[in-house]
Amino acid sequence: MSERPPVLEARRISVVFGGLRAVSDFDLTLSEGELVGLIGPNGAGKTTVFNLLTGVTPLTSGEIRMRSKHGDLVRTDGKKAHAIARLGVGRTFQNIRLFRNLTVLENLLVAMDHLRKTSVLDAVLRTRRFSLEEEAFAARAVELLAVFGLDGKKSFLARNLPYGEQRKLEIARALATGPSLLLLDEPAAGMNPQETQELMRLISFVRERFSLTILLIEHDMSLVMGICERIAVLDYGQTIASGTPEEIARNPAVIKAYLGEETL
Amino acid sequence: MKKKGVDFLLLLAAGAAVFLLIAGLAWIGVIGEFYLQLISTAGIYIIVSLSLNLITGFTGQLALGHAGFMSIGAYTAAIFVMRLGVPLLPSVLLGGAMSALFGYLIGFPTLRLRGDYLAITTLGFGEIIRVVLNNLEGITGGSAGLKSIPGFSDTGDVMLDAIIKFAWIFVFFAVTVAVISNLVRSSPGRTIVSVREDEIASTSMGNDVARYKMLSFTVSALFAGIGGGLYSALFNYLNPSNFNFLYSVNFVVIAVLGGLGSITGTVLGGLIFTFAQEWLRVLKDFRLVVFGLLLILLMLFWQKGIMGSKELSITRILRRILGLGGKKE
Amino acid sequence: MDLLLFLQQLLNGISLGSVYALVAIGYTMVYGIVKLINFAHGDILMIGAYCGYYAFTWAQGTASPGLAIAFAFALAMGISALTGVVVEKTCYRPLRNAPRINALITAIGVSIVLENGARVLPFMGPNPRQVRIPEALTGVLQFSGLTISKVQVLTLATSIALMLVLTLFVQYTRTGKAMRAVSHDQQAALLMGISVDRIVSITFAVGAALGGAGGVLFAMNFPMIDPYMGIMPGLKAFVAAVFGGIGSIPGAMLGGLVMGVAETLTKGFISTKLADAVSFGILIVILLVRPAGILGKATREKV
Repeated sequence: MSERPPVLEARRISVVFGGLRAVSDFDLTLSEGELVGLIGPNGAGKTTVFNLLTGVTPLTSGEIRMRSKHGDLVRTDGKKAHAIARLGVGRTFQNIRLFRNLTVLENLLVAMDHLRKTSVLDAVLRTRRFSLEEEAFAARAVELLAVFGLDGKKSFLARNLPYGEQRKLEIARALATGPSLLLLDEPAAGMNPQETQELMRLISFVRERFSLTILLIEHDMSLVMGICERIAVLDYGQTIASGTPEEIARNPAVIKAYLGEETL
Repeated sequence: MKKKGVDFLLLLAAGAAVFLLIAGLAWIGVIGEFYLQLISTAGIYIIVSLSLNLITGFTGQLALGHAGFMSIGAYTAAIFVMRLGVPLLPSVLLGGAMSALFGYLIGFPTLRLRGDYLAITTLGFGEIIRVVLNNLEGITGGSAGLKSIPGFSDTGDVMLDAIIKFAWIFVFFAVTVAVISNLVRSSPGRTIVSVREDEIASTSMGNDVARYKMLSFTVSALFAGIGGGLYSALFNYLNPSNFNFLYSVNFVVIAVLGGLGSITGTVLGGLIFTFAQEWLRVLKDFRLVVFGLLLILLMLFWQKGIMGSKELSITRILRRILGLGGKKE
Repeated sequence: MDLLLFLQQLLNGISLGSVYALVAIGYTMVYGIVKLINFAHGDILMIGAYCGYYAFTWAQGTASPGLAIAFAFALAMGISALTGVVVEKTCYRPLRNAPRINALITAIGVSIVLENGARVLPFMGPNPRQVRIPEALTGVLQFSGLTISKVQVLTLATSIALMLVLTLFVQYTRTGKAMRAVSHDQQAALLMGISVDRIVSITFAVGAALGGAGGVLFAMNFPMIDPYMGIMPGLKAFVAAVFGGIGSIPGAMLGGLVMGVAETLTKGFISTKLADAVSFGILIVILLVRPAGILGKATREKV
């Protein structure tokens, strides 16, 4: 596994909110093509880790490096969220954050706007270049929607989709940015077991199809254990364990902190 | 592609028809000079309200100082025309450009911030502009105002002049509608709307949110300034006190009445507002009380306004009338 | 620079600033709890000022000046508080869960109604009125070259007293603690059994009462009143609230003083006409340098 080049390296990243260390000296390396799970009890700081990695929340200390489009590792801490996204980091949100009053198709088109080559003037004057690019974007977006079985609903407003499809649309939108690294924040939250199973297959599928590296926050233990190659466990903002699913399942600290009295 | 071409021609024809209808009715005397002037005024209000709707309705950032941008455009245009002898068209455009520049300068510090800060800063800015215009007596005439600003034409025929005024404003109105609707129905425009919907999500999709807000705000200031330039030529008189806070509120009211995020709604809202304001004059001193009450009632019971964020599809209506048929989306 | 003039203007500025501070507290408390810029708050100042005017006019022949002043404040604070609560219940409460922009526009509507309502009410009317200050309060005190009017002394004393009472109220009473809780986290406060509706009403009442008291003081310092008089001080008080950090009561007090001093110093040393522009210039500078305000905390949106 270590031969694969790293796409992300986080070294001792921390953030302090009003005296509280929400994340403390967190380390993480993701190698190309890995699927890693990030688990931990409620309030352990998992989503905060996502926000730090994506630049939504600035770090208090530590370093983050990500692989740029040229293949070298570049410092991303201190960069703005949109700049990090453009390096090829797509994400979803724990509490769905779709553009509710835009259509399903438009949600994806917004995520592709940073790839636009034409100018605003082209848009205002409706030049041929502009029309061609719009059509190309729309075609790619529909293709992506088809992967999630949403192409038939492309003209629906996002807010009118059922919950499970909203979750899928968020993943599709993240993929529309053209990422190499995908961060999924509880993608199966609120889904029933059957939907969860289907979603997991879908995640495995897009991982292959788009050659993605995936970091996934999840509450559903069976799910994480089932598909992740490696798992990191977070509690009170600190990594308390990391390793293969089997190692994690046997780790007494994890069982104590995360599973309580429950046994697997 | 072909469908788009047809739609463009349809809209052009519809615009020309509306213009010819109103101008024709005025020419044969059905619409008096007073009402034609009122329609022209509505045209300017609509231009400024559309510009406000771009930043407030589509981008989700409340701006409360559009009278300030309008006054920059108005004074710039008037000064170019009167003091430098520049023809009206370039003067109006320069007014818009000057206003856009100010928009850029104001937006730069404030648009990075979340929440109501734009509302407060634009409000403060509008007030500062008014104070400054009042004090630059050598250039703006101070509180006495600028008088006898040359208009669009001076043919000696009152009705003909009124029609020419209307023609100018109608053309600018059509251009404003075209630019803003093309903008919002494009890739950058959708991103502008995504900022309104969810800033953090938009940022996380690789969009430089601050840049898009700046784009929207600068374009907004541009058209508000152009509206101001037209105002100076329509009324031939400028006074800083005309461009006060209450005047800015008018444009907010029009945009809300028509529907935030709706272009056709703003057009309807502007027409209704301008005529209602005229008719409310019979209330004399009670006019503003009623106006305020209507504003509150509108917000309490009719938040979406006439159109909500929907649009009246002119091309679809025309296609149906003309029996052209059209692919249903 | 003339030191004496500077000190004099500083003194005037602190006196004026204490009035701004009283008004700013109303903005900041309401914003802290319902996240609404209450545009009508400046007009509450106007209402307070008219109450003061009637009280002084009435007292001219009948009561003792002390009684007149006490009556003026009681009337102003009572009627202002009532207005604040009525406006909140009828206009703002139905919109509490609506988009912020709707509530903001409603507040503008309320402001327009209050101002123009005052213009058409027969006992108020559109024309400016001269406030006749009780004789006991006319005149000035001199010490080492500085002049302070009795009105200024009263202004300082009253506003300091009111701010002190407010601070004690917010810090130590049950209601005050509930206010802070609601301001901190409305949902959690609701779950703790705090009646959010009641707290919001009380906040509006307290804020408006202070605004009304500010109005009386303003009318004594600048004894010409008219229905539009609240707009400018209202806006400046709002800038003061932003300056100090909106949501922070000590911030509003500090901001008020800064605004007052900035205004009198501009008048004293630069230009009377530009004083208003300077106030808004301060706003833009503070937003550039420290958008959360001097004593405010930067808030994060939960992602």
